[in-house]
Amino acid sequence: MHIVVCVKQVPDTKIIKINPKTNTLDRRSAPAILNPYDAHAVQEAVKIKENTGGTISVLSMGPPQATAVIKKSIEIGADRGFLISDRAFAGADTLATSYALSKALERINKEIHVDMIICGKHAIDGDTGQVGPGIARRMDIPPVTNVIEVSEVNQKEKTVLIKRKLTSGYELIQSEMPCLLTVEKEINDIEYSPMPNMIKAARYEPIIWAVSDLENVDRTQLGLKGSPTIVGKMFTPPRPEGGKRLEGSADEQVGQLMEVLMEKRDLLTMQSSK
Amino acid sequence: MNLDDYRGVWVFIEQNDSKIEGVSLELLGAGRNLADKLQVPLAGFLLGHDVKPLANQVISFGADDVYVIDHPVLKHYRTESFMKGVMLLTQKYKPEIILYGATPNGKDLASAVATDLSTGLTADTTMLDVDVENRLLEASRPAFGGNIMATILCKKHRPQMATVRPKVMKALDPDSSRLGKIIEEKIDLKEEEMRTKVLQIVNDVTKKVNLADAHVIVCGGKGMGDFQNFQLIHELAETIGASVGGTRDVVEAGWLPHEQQVGQTGETVTPKIYFAIGISGAIQHVVGMKNSEFIIAINKDPNAPIFDVATYGIVGDAMEIVPKLIEQFKQLRSEKGGEISYA
Repeated sequence: MHIVVCVKQVPDTKIIKINPKTNTLDRRSAPAILNPYDAHAVQEAVKIKENTGGTISVLSMGPPQATAVIKKSIEIGADRGFLISDRAFAGADTLATSYALSKALERINKEIHVDMIICGKHAIDGDTGQVGPGIARRMDIPPVTNVIEVSEVNQKEKTVLIKRKLTSGYELIQSEMPCLLTVEKEINDIEYSPMPNMIKAARYEPIIWAVSDLENVDRTQLGLKGSPTIVGKMFTPPRPEGGKRLEGSADEQVGQLMEVLMEKRDLLTMQSSK
Repeated sequence: MNLDDYRGVWVFIEQNDSKIEGVSLELLGAGRNLADKLQVPLAGFLLGHDVKPLANQVISFGADDVYVIDHPVLKHYRTESFMKGVMLLTQKYKPEIILYGATPNGKDLASAVATDLSTGLTADTTMLDVDVENRLLEASRPAFGGNIMATILCKKHRPQMATVRPKVMKALDPDSSRLGKIIEEKIDLKEEEMRTKVLQIVNDVTKKVNLADAHVIVCGGKGMGDFQNFQLIHELAETIGASVGGTRDVVEAGWLPHEQQVGQTGETVTPKIYFAIGISGAIQHVVGMKNSEFIIAINKDPNAPIFDVATYGIVGDAMEIVPKLIEQFKQLRSEKGGEISYA
């Protein structure tokens, strides 16, 4: 069983500060972390490996300092890690990102056959959730998104049983392997890393590949050139009509609010059930 | 690629159990506006099994044409079968814009289709417009944690695609007298060629709170003080038939389960009425609720940033205000002799 987990280094949006003058993200204020959904993806691979044995590889794309999230993945329990890093990848949107990652996956697959790819549901800095399904299409394997449980891996039959979250409930899916899963946070709890993993991670040097290390790459599909989407403009979102304060005693304020709510007939309709 | 070969605005009509998802109807409203500006037809496209009867509903909500692929293999949504259907339609009819609901299935399908068509896809759009002169879709979405909006363009590829969040666009009032064209397409799909099987679909009836779909939400923050006081939030919600939400702090304190968290790391909600009680209004929370139609904030601290996004603010102690609100609503309910419901 060989599982590849795709991970991304992201700014910690919980801590990130916004520059009030320019209304932009102050990236220096935010520490770079392993995308939280990807941490769950690595943890799930570790859980699966406990039952099936095998190898967990981690793959990321980014600047050289993104090796930090590969080391973090080793801490959680991955066996080895690859970073594709090259100026040619810069400015990639989701289409160009899935292309670059799929080229690296082809090389990894050539060395050891890949049975399963796991990604986080989305990255917290982009929130698109498009890279996982994109990789699956490029590798021509079935994607199963929004996974909340990997119930059973049958190595003999090469199948996996998955619970996938829906808008109102979930569905039980059986997929052939190889397949690609994107996981939700509720799939598992991140466990404390055992000491040997931490020692291994501290000493681990991820393998870094440039474009020239990958085969059959169409350079026009990489980076900014390979990205059909561009950011046209940025603007401050219109705020909801705000700032009206009610005045007076608690009773008066509650009374005014009730009146307002009653006036907003399109929002709130009081109906008799009799 | 000759961009002029592509014409028309399309909406993916997501249906489950032969019921059309609300977001698809909302997108027909938004799509109508785009199609009128571009002076092209608006089409819905519908995949599934025994779904043809739904086509008239699609027309009544604003579509000129409905493309239907009906096949037993399409009974349940699966990426591999649905994307084959969408590829068949888009390659044959070449629409210039395709909109999908940002639901689990809509996002999954759009991502797969965008890859095969090598075209751009904007995720989780909350505003849509079109530059008529250049026939460019302007899909705007929150960026950088929601503090700023980015307008994403796809200039050199077609179709231009976007997934759109539920509840941010308005559906038209249905008009059953509208006339439209239904176009059926045949597809060759074989169950034995499918690599995934849907074994079971479980509608979680125990999950009462589907925050993303709630019309009214009562959300409490750590200003409620403790677990005991937080029960006031439940009581108000129960009185008015609302769903309960909480901030990250509240969830971390164990007063509510994670699925009831509103905000950047929880649910994004767009109810008609949102009560923010004992919530200071950190940006990570505001990102998740600011598209609510009507926001009522109750907080002791007059400088709390929540008042900047609130439609109406009450500076005061929630322990005093909320019981009064509950009392008022209870009285109203008994006067009307019925339930409170929301349009």
